[in-house]
Amino acid sequence: MKKFTVLTSIITPLDRANIDTDAIIPKQFLKSIKRSGFGINLFDEWRYLDYGEIGMDPSKRRLNKDFVLNKTKYKNSKILLTRENFGCGSSREHAVWALLDYGFEAVIAPSFADIFHNNCFKNGILPITQNDDVVDELFKIDNQITIDLNSQTIKTDNNTYNFEIDKENKKRLINGLDDINLTLQYKDKIKSFEKQYFQKYSWL
Amino acid sequence: MKNKKTLYDKLMDSHLVFENNSNALIYIDKHLIHEVTSPQAFEGLQIANRKPWRINANIAVPDHNVPTTERSAGIDSIEDPISKIQVQTLSENCKEFDIDEIPMNDIRQGIVHVVGPEQGITLPGMSIVCGDSHTSTHGALAALAIGIGTSEVEHVLATGCLWKSRAKNLKITVNGKLNPNVSSKDIALYIIGKIGTAGGTGYAIEFCGQTIKDLSIESRMTLCNMAIEAGARVGLVAVDDKTIEYIKNRPLAPKGDKWDKALAYWQTLHSDKDSDFDKSFEFDAKDIKPQVTWGTSPEMVCAIDENVPNPNNAKNETEKTSWENALKYTQLKANTKITDIKIDKVFIGSCSNSRIEDLRIAAEVVKDNHIADNIKLALVVPGSGLVKKQAEQEGIDKIFINAGFEWREAGCSMCLGMNDDKLSKGERCASTSNRNFEGRQGQGSFTHLVSPYTAARSAVFGKLN
Repeated sequence: MKKFTVLTSIITPLDRANIDTDAIIPKQFLKSIKRSGFGINLFDEWRYLDYGEIGMDPSKRRLNKDFVLNKTKYKNSKILLTRENFGCGSSREHAVWALLDYGFEAVIAPSFADIFHNNCFKNGILPITQNDDVVDELFKIDNQITIDLNSQTIKTDNNTYNFEIDKENKKRLINGLDDINLTLQYKDKIKSFEKQYFQKYSWL
Repeated sequence: MKNKKTLYDKLMDSHLVFENNSNALIYIDKHLIHEVTSPQAFEGLQIANRKPWRINANIAVPDHNVPTTERSAGIDSIEDPISKIQVQTLSENCKEFDIDEIPMNDIRQGIVHVVGPEQGITLPGMSIVCGDSHTSTHGALAALAIGIGTSEVEHVLATGCLWKSRAKNLKITVNGKLNPNVSSKDIALYIIGKIGTAGGTGYAIEFCGQTIKDLSIESRMTLCNMAIEAGARVGLVAVDDKTIEYIKNRPLAPKGDKWDKALAYWQTLHSDKDSDFDKSFEFDAKDIKPQVTWGTSPEMVCAIDENVPNPNNAKNETEKTSWENALKYTQLKANTKITDIKIDKVFIGSCSNSRIEDLRIAAEVVKDNHIADNIKLALVVPGSGLVKKQAEQEGIDKIFINAGFEWREAGCSMCLGMNDDKLSKGERCASTSNRNFEGRQGQGSFTHLVSPYTAARSAVFGKLN
């Protein structure tokens, strides 16, 4: 997993609440058995005017020019700014893979859905929770901002905002740790737990 | 550790390997696998040359992509080549890693959240995970059931454990007698309408009160299934006599001495008296009428006898914008009577409402009736092959067929339209599923979430009713 330390980029503003993972990556793309290639179909039903299917060439599709991702200005943006309860609905990790494959490395919102929030940390995307007032202010910013995970700050031209993050999740992102390797360090603990567990709950 | 524990605390503590700062490593009893969220996890194991931690913790069943039409040829019946590869890949992965699979032409096959309880794979007190958000369903049997992403699927396969922070405890109490023709689906939608789709975020919900006690186990499953639509990590109902009765004699339920031991333990699976909840809500059953969603989120819901709301009455600007977007998408005007909304299709199925009880209720409504002329398609998709068989033994299939419905094979079907069962652009559906997001049942289509009773009535009236 790629490490996350400092990220400087302009913000892509997506001013909608309750964006669900069906909107982030529609179901027809979940048929893929790969982890990559979802970026071209990120927000597919908002981004294109025609119906998208797996394997279609995006250059031959009709773009919705009004949708924020299609504006040249935001082409190289790595930070998505949005509203409350981002990533609600289906557990599909394809939503996070699509954001990552497209080029987003951080998402800022007033709140996130639980499973989506977890999935971000497993893939090196930083979800930042900020209150509505800060999010409102960020929506007004056109210039680049800098997210520093170590100091837990977002710096704009005029302000610095702090953000909270769980210690363990921070460690994982900064070091780009593989969760499974980390857990297998506790192999013996798991084995001894397992032994007493099946003794106690002997019907399992 | 606390003396007085909630049910959720008890379940977390009994599976706790150890805690590391805010993170708990919890041991997983059962891992349910389906074809959509597992291929990348198996690939991860292959690349790292890892084996499953405990093979018999895992069980797989294809459900999302499977066709619901004639499919006696098994995987070869799948026409869409990409869907076929995904279902095939599940089978191959299960063979390679020696994991039990209930294949698509097995009578036990069905929606993973219907199959688990039905087979007795799900037992009270277990920790259960699945790469599917509706895993919360299994909480109706007092199991710690958590929906996970694909990286976590791989993690559970490789380590038998899952990292989780502790959720907070939320108690939702419903008391009183339900109004006629109101079911647990209506309770769920009503609650989501009150607390919002993020109302349960960060919480484990326990459903309590006399109304919940009076619900059957299948109805409790519908309720816990929808807990995720309120943003909650888990939905739970304490063990009672109905739970025990439901489990008894399930194929994988413990037998003999083991049953007695299990029973003694299961009877402790309730929140201690006066245990602390971080938040609580109380509702009165008499206030709950049949519910219908009008928008593009499960929280955009009202009673069947109400009107589509006016965005000017929203509680703030964000909600106003959401409502305006939803009305624009669903092509509905504010203040329209819900019962004036014409529908094109009806779907009775999904992990919310595809169990025998749901089919009985809907069949009772359509008996000696017929779907309205404007209904292009009315589908009944049983939750499993066994639910289908049971319904056929009771003659329920005939009732639906005579009323103009199509009677299909088990699967997720039109809840998300990964197979051929989907809505076309501009079509409007009364659906017993759980999500009315934009494009959920087909691009540019409109979903109204309802109970099986309301879906069946709407099919007969040709309008929401």
